[in-house]
Amino acid sequence: MTAQKPGIQLNKKGRLKHFLTTEELSRQILTEILDTAENFAGVGERAVKKVPLLRGKTIANLFFEPSTRTRTTFELAAKRLSADVLNINIEASATKKGESLLDTLQTLESMHCDMFVVRHANSGAAHFIASLVAPGIRVINAGDGRHAHPTQAMLDAFTIRRHKGGFNGLKVAIVGDIMHSRVARSEIHAFNTLGVKEVRVIAPKTLIPAYMRALGVKVFHDLKLGLKGVDAVIMLRLQRERMQGPLLPSADEFFKMYGLTEERLKVASPDVMVLHPGPINRGVEIDSEVADGPRSVILEQVSHGIAIRMAVMSLCMGSVE
Amino acid sequence: MNLCIRKGHLFDPASGLDTVSNLYIRKGEIVAIGRKPAGFEIKKQIDVNGRYVFPGLVDLSARLREPGEHFKADIASETRAAASGGITTLICPPDTTPIIDTPAVVELIHQRSEQSGKTRVLCLGALTHGLKGERLAEMYSLKEAGCIGVSNAMQPIENTEVLRRAMEYAVTCGMTVFIQPEDPWLGSGTMHEGAYSTRMGIPPIPETAETVAIARDLLLIEETGVRAHFMHLSTARGVELIRDARKRGLPVTADVSIHQLHFTDKDVESYNSLCRVKPPFRHHSDKERLIDGIKKGVIGAICSDHQPLDHDAKMAPFSMTEPGVSSLDVMLPLVMKLVDDKLLDLETAVRAITHTPSEILGLPLGSLAVGTSADLCIYDPEQRWTVSENALTSAGKNTPTLGWQLKGKVTHTLLKGRIVHKSRI
Repeated sequence: MTAQKPGIQLNKKGRLKHFLTTEELSRQILTEILDTAENFAGVGERAVKKVPLLRGKTIANLFFEPSTRTRTTFELAAKRLSADVLNINIEASATKKGESLLDTLQTLESMHCDMFVVRHANSGAAHFIASLVAPGIRVINAGDGRHAHPTQAMLDAFTIRRHKGGFNGLKVAIVGDIMHSRVARSEIHAFNTLGVKEVRVIAPKTLIPAYMRALGVKVFHDLKLGLKGVDAVIMLRLQRERMQGPLLPSADEFFKMYGLTEERLKVASPDVMVLHPGPINRGVEIDSEVADGPRSVILEQVSHGIAIRMAVMSLCMGSVE
Repeated sequence: MNLCIRKGHLFDPASGLDTVSNLYIRKGEIVAIGRKPAGFEIKKQIDVNGRYVFPGLVDLSARLREPGEHFKADIASETRAAASGGITTLICPPDTTPIIDTPAVVELIHQRSEQSGKTRVLCLGALTHGLKGERLAEMYSLKEAGCIGVSNAMQPIENTEVLRRAMEYAVTCGMTVFIQPEDPWLGSGTMHEGAYSTRMGIPPIPETAETVAIARDLLLIEETGVRAHFMHLSTARGVELIRDARKRGLPVTADVSIHQLHFTDKDVESYNSLCRVKPPFRHHSDKERLIDGIKKGVIGAICSDHQPLDHDAKMAPFSMTEPGVSSLDVMLPLVMKLVDDKLLDLETAVRAITHTPSEILGLPLGSLAVGTSADLCIYDPEQRWTVSENALTSAGKNTPTLGWQLKGKVTHTLLKGRIVHKSRI
């Protein structure tokens, strides 16, 4: 019930203990995550795809919200680090009361899990769990409500750095449902900290929260203006339930105004790269020609996701209390 | 029993008292101030030694959780908390379980609070049956049973036709309508819309959730001529709307919850569920304008908006927790903190928790005038204490002031001349 300190992610020596959000972390720590991931990036290509760093550790994937992609890459990352993995999918309906979430945690703690990877539909859920677990247990946020999805942001940063060599001077645009996107929020903080020159968000006014500029971004409602001169475009997935209703009239109209096509990319920098956290809605936010084209790094992102998650898990587990 | 309160700093904005003197009580009434009346035989006296003697506080909104939610609190625990906070009259909104829409529930609450005997409990009856916003409640019967006004509490009435008719019927019954202004659609989020909600990814409650409802209701008030009281204002723009309506001569009054004068959306920053409340903590500039609204008399009363909760209610990710703050225990010290911080003068502050709320209710309370009920509290402004779960009398420990060092404590509370609270120290 007590207030959680913003510094909950770091131990007393300033090392990463929990990874809940990219906000408030230093450039040094974010760079360390990227550098560590660089070391792990080759592991998947070896004959024996494992390193023994987390042998004997138990990692529980606690997914209160369904996910295939993120859960799978976390599972693979943990296994490549030689940890034992528990996958626990908890239907949201069974945890409508906070007590059962607490009960679940306590049960897992008594099974001596060392790390929780948490996805939850409510913003702040990972903070809440991190504030309650026993001192030795680490928490990694795999997505909480609209708030944060820090490993996704870091894998996008990793992908951009691999292609561009760094972040200085870059202009990055994030397009789509900014309002409900934890990916966008985490990216904005990560990119700004890492030294990106300009982060832009592009969407209709209905999909951009009020006070967005307070996060350090330029806001565009016009795709063409927003894409001008950008070095990377991140397209966000538009959830099906948002395509018709008070936020948007139809998927078709969204594609007409904000769908990414080769034609529209012409105003961007000539070597612009196109990212998407997946899964893609072809013909809604992105044209197949772009998604499958030479500028797209969408499949690379997936394999980078494993390296980033290995990096974060090993860094958090390696820090002592 | 004949009682003498000796050498108290009697402070009462209603009767203009601000003096160190003796106060004499007989048969539950204040019978004299200063000189002992002829034939008055002192049976008991309380030596106040210059501490403040205020009129007993009148609180326009406090949930007692009985009937229906005993696991959170009950009438015995919360009236005890009220007495220990110097509150001698409190208003219980109708959203109990069952809802206060029949005389039987009113009688039950009256009976239980008389058994406890710690504070005067008055009920607001439901404005619509079951608070569902569909058909009128039996307002006349509720008035007969002792309800002091009618309200739909935290359930906004969506159907404007029903609201208009409910106001007309309230006029017919001579009842004041108590409104907590909220547009249910705009108000569906869980924290104030601002930079913090955007950063935290919390579904936002824009300012318009309050102002759209106030604007709509003011037009209906103007049309129906109902006397209305707006509860728990949270926005600067809301204060302006009320100010303009009052200028136009509409019969409207307003209050603000004490916690709105101390907290802002920044306090929610670390997902502190103790700061989840409805209406939400707003921007710093809203807080300033609310205080200004009190100074200018637009907001007449400060209330506790006390909502005690069980421990589990706040133990979840932010948006899944229940809104509400437990505030009976800290209400008076928090009001006095505004005086210490030079945000309000003592007279305005005390008036807002005594005389004006009783005026809004149309009751002759909240005063130290001779001939009125001897409801008063003795307040030691220098006593320091730390807010902790143990230090709170209320069964609800859900206050974001936990850990705060507060200055000032109620040492005695008298209800109709009876000592209903005496601090241990």
